[in-house]
Amino acid sequence: MISRIETLGRTGLLKLAALGRSFIFLLHALIAIPNPRTSFPLLIKQLYFVGVLSLIIIVVSGLFIGMVLSLQGYTILVDFGSEQAVGQMVALSLVRELSPVVAGLLFAGRAGSALTAEIGLMKATEQLSSMEMIGVDPLRRVVAPRFWAGFIALPLLTMIFSVVGVWGALLVGVDWLGIYEGSFWANMQSAVSFEEDVLNGIIKAVVFGYLVTWISVFQGYDCVPTSEGISQATTKTVVYSSLTILGMDFLLTALMFGDL
Amino acid sequence: MDQLDDIIIDIEGMSFSRSERLIFDNINIRIPKGKVTAIMGPSGTGKTTLLKLIGGQVRADSGSIKIEGLDIPRLSRSALFDIRSRMGMLFQSGALFSDLTVFENVAFPLRVHTDLPEDMVRDLVYMKLQSVGLRGAVELMPSELSGGMARRVALARAIALDPDILMYDEPFTGQDPIAMGVLVKLIKTLNRTLGHTSIVVSHDIQETLSIADYIYLIADTHVVAQGTTQELLADTSPKVKQFMQGLPDGPVPFHFPAQDYFQDLVGGEL
Repeated sequence: MISRIETLGRTGLLKLAALGRSFIFLLHALIAIPNPRTSFPLLIKQLYFVGVLSLIIIVVSGLFIGMVLSLQGYTILVDFGSEQAVGQMVALSLVRELSPVVAGLLFAGRAGSALTAEIGLMKATEQLSSMEMIGVDPLRRVVAPRFWAGFIALPLLTMIFSVVGVWGALLVGVDWLGIYEGSFWANMQSAVSFEEDVLNGIIKAVVFGYLVTWISVFQGYDCVPTSEGISQATTKTVVYSSLTILGMDFLLTALMFGDL
Repeated sequence: MDQLDDIIIDIEGMSFSRSERLIFDNINIRIPKGKVTAIMGPSGTGKTTLLKLIGGQVRADSGSIKIEGLDIPRLSRSALFDIRSRMGMLFQSGALFSDLTVFENVAFPLRVHTDLPEDMVRDLVYMKLQSVGLRGAVELMPSELSGGMARRVALARAIALDPDILMYDEPFTGQDPIAMGVLVKLIKTLNRTLGHTSIVVSHDIQETLSIADYIYLIADTHVVAQGTTQELLADTSPKVKQFMQGLPDGPVPFHFPAQDYFQDLVGGEL
């Protein structure tokens, strides 16, 4: 019994220490004033890796999710003769919930795990140590541009996800199932508010982008520099990111839409 | 060893432990300026850790590590990064940045620490690569180099800023005889021509003895012997003798600690 409590205490302390380390780590990485001449090209390069290369998975998923939503919505709404509301239903579920959450989850799987593995491997092959010995802080040179790139990329990817999703809904609802296009758009326009729906969705994406990239770069930087350690860190990135996104999404939804 | 002003690195009463395992217990090491000093000892005695302690990548628990009077464990993060620009380190794996070409790898310290115009950076990089014989590999990526070549490029990068102190972490491990010969010659030539202080961490006895001016032998958290090559070869203490002659059994036993062999064979229940 005592030993179980001891184990619990030890695990708790270790987790707390890791959390503390991750805060200090983020502070060190972000507190510096960037030098635009060197930092900007690094940021652009990382934006390409985490943002542009994630585009395909985001666009394809967005398209299919929009199409499925439209199809499901139509089969239910047609019984009540209100199939014109498909546009508004799809748009609201996308911008409020599905885009930030699904794009966040895909981003964690596609870009987050890659960030962890890359930084972990740089640690294992002593590249981070050699950078330190050259007199360059890897937190600023390696971690900071990757962090900012993820932070910028996810909200943009989320918006693209929403747009493509609505287009998918249009393809299925209007072109295939024959909803009248005028009411599809008109219902959507009148039901979706920019401040309450679109903006709140983007705020969610900003929060998720911050959390996912923080988890990813920290797990890479803090991993045990062996092949086993890197694989564990990559798994942790995906698991922690996914759980954080889902938990945080509930919290944010309660705050944003709880009183509506 | 001679007068104090010839000493560039002075380690005094330094102790270091990692996750409750004592690595160094109150050790004293003095590294003479402009010479090749070798740190030798069996694997796992913390030789690489010693280099990291000197470079300030890990902090000692107690004692001092002074480089020309500056106590490394007590420097601030930014002061540490400043003093590191005067040190070069050759990592065991080379540790080249895998996303940069050979040229960019060697140019990296120059771009970070100097404001030299691009054509001068280019000339310097070519000169450094020429000195390690790899000017022709300037456009290659690190993944296209053999292990020995990667280490030579890393050496060119380490000397890019003409450091005062150059640290070599196991430079000979895993090299074929030719690459080994090249590295021995390079370390010797560079030390003579550039006049910096070299610290070589290694357990390759022949190669290290052929270049070292002074040797520290570390084992079991202590400095067990120190002196010139001749002094160490003449040392009769069993520990030194076992290591220098590469004997399989001695004070460092061949067998990992275990219970009685007979007991293990007859009483074993699995």
